[in-house]
Amino acid sequence: MHVYADNAATTAMSQVAIQAMLPYFDKVYGNPSSLHSVGQVAKEALDEARKTVADCLGCEPREIIFTSGGSEADNQAIISAARFGARKGKKHIISTAFEHHAVLHTLQKLEKEGFEVTYLDVNNANHNVSAQQVKDAIREDTCLVTVMYANNEIGSVLPIPEIGAICKEAGIPFHTDAVQAVGHIKINVREQNIDMLSLSAHKFHGPKGVGALYVRKGFPLVNVIEGGAQERGKRAGTENIAGICGMAAAMKDACDHIDENMPRVTAMRDKLIEGLSKIPHCALNGDRVHRLPNNVSFCFEGIEGESLLLYLDANGICASSGSACTSGSLDPSHVLLAIGRVHDVAHGSLRLSLSDYNTMEEMDHILTVVPQIVQLLRNMSPVWRDLQTGKRTYIL
Amino acid sequence: MALYSEKVMDHLMHPRNVGIIEDADGIGEVGNAKCGDIMKIYLKIENDIIVDVKFETFGCGSAIASSSMATEMIKGKSINDAMALTNQAVTEALDGLPAVKIHCSVLAEEAIKNALKDYYEKNNIPYDKSQFPDCEHCGHCHE
Repeated sequence: MHVYADNAATTAMSQVAIQAMLPYFDKVYGNPSSLHSVGQVAKEALDEARKTVADCLGCEPREIIFTSGGSEADNQAIISAARFGARKGKKHIISTAFEHHAVLHTLQKLEKEGFEVTYLDVNNANHNVSAQQVKDAIREDTCLVTVMYANNEIGSVLPIPEIGAICKEAGIPFHTDAVQAVGHIKINVREQNIDMLSLSAHKFHGPKGVGALYVRKGFPLVNVIEGGAQERGKRAGTENIAGICGMAAAMKDACDHIDENMPRVTAMRDKLIEGLSKIPHCALNGDRVHRLPNNVSFCFEGIEGESLLLYLDANGICASSGSACTSGSLDPSHVLLAIGRVHDVAHGSLRLSLSDYNTMEEMDHILTVVPQIVQLLRNMSPVWRDLQTGKRTYIL
Repeated sequence: MALYSEKVMDHLMHPRNVGIIEDADGIGEVGNAKCGDIMKIYLKIENDIIVDVKFETFGCGSAIASSSMATEMIKGKSINDAMALTNQAVTEALDGLPAVKIHCSVLAEEAIKNALKDYYEKNNIPYDKSQFPDCEHCGHCHE
């Protein structure tokens, strides 16, 4: 059996998305900026896709900027808010310690330019950040709150509507990196008081290399890519029409079926969490209650994540890990460290991320294989032997 | 999988000489759980010949494969041959390792040397200390 359980990394494209893209490679090949009919047909497709994406988020089409993906959207949102703030002498930004690198590295760049960033600690009990923490961190010179909608590694879903309300009250622009959330949980930018939101198509069965930034009407965006007047002059470059149409189709499909997919995927997630929790000396990472429907993340004591992944792959299971050896650095994932996992156990992490394409039979396979592989690796681990013989103390 | 050679995958999936030797003549352990890899080598030595060798490894795929290959390379060999084993030789025998994984082969060399040092010390055999440099592959050991 082959089980793909790394949907937080990327998803398989849906037939709906593929079919929506195909006409735009040969039949409708025009440049939407062209005045002639061939170009205008492409322009119509672009407008239609923009409306579809806007409808899914609960905003107006003109509030959608198409980008090359989530990272570019994050960069543009944060840089824009920073530039706008700096003009008014406001150079303080609030974020969290467990953001994606697209956000963290952009913030680090701004820090070098003299901005000050408050990285909210992640509560080590519930692995989440509270709206009160955001409220307490607000200062006179705060120009942006950027907090992820849901964490990509551990699945915690943050209290976005509450944070949105606080930011609205305080008059501070609020951006959320919703790359892992869009298509998986219900989002309405108006009701949730979100000013800017980043999304990426390939996380919900759309194509790679395309995403979008929602930005509330009137907020002054700064260009990250200079050039032509595409995207109302806010993002230069001939539009990736095929990708954009594929994204719109995938997004509509995800939003139309969210009421049936959420409970089905959640049931598979809960089956895995319940089954894997039975492995001795392990711990679930991420918020148990406020959690993405598709995320399962554990740390297993006494083993290392990369060898675990290789063994799982050899047994037909594709997953991921936050161990140092999978990142090419000496330190394990900053997310696992942020929730208080010490290095020793953070190296032994496993993330299984599901989609509506997975089945309960696949969950059974995972629950058969993972405990066996964990035990096999523990049996060759000197750390596990030391734990068992009392030379080393269990952390989990 | 393109990340590792077939040899590495073979030694990872079918590691040779896994386990412990209860009455080992020399035991060497290197690495740190904080870094994500620990390697432990057990040697049984008779008449200067390594008659048996076992390993335990906590670490990534290449760490397990390096331990497995290194134990194969010294089994049945003299302690002088074992002392001469280099991480380059282990890497070559595995048909190469990705650049970021070379330290795994260094760990294997160091673990074997540490086990031999333990053997020399237990048996009051004089040895050249300069042949046993400290592990320097990361900073965590010294924290």
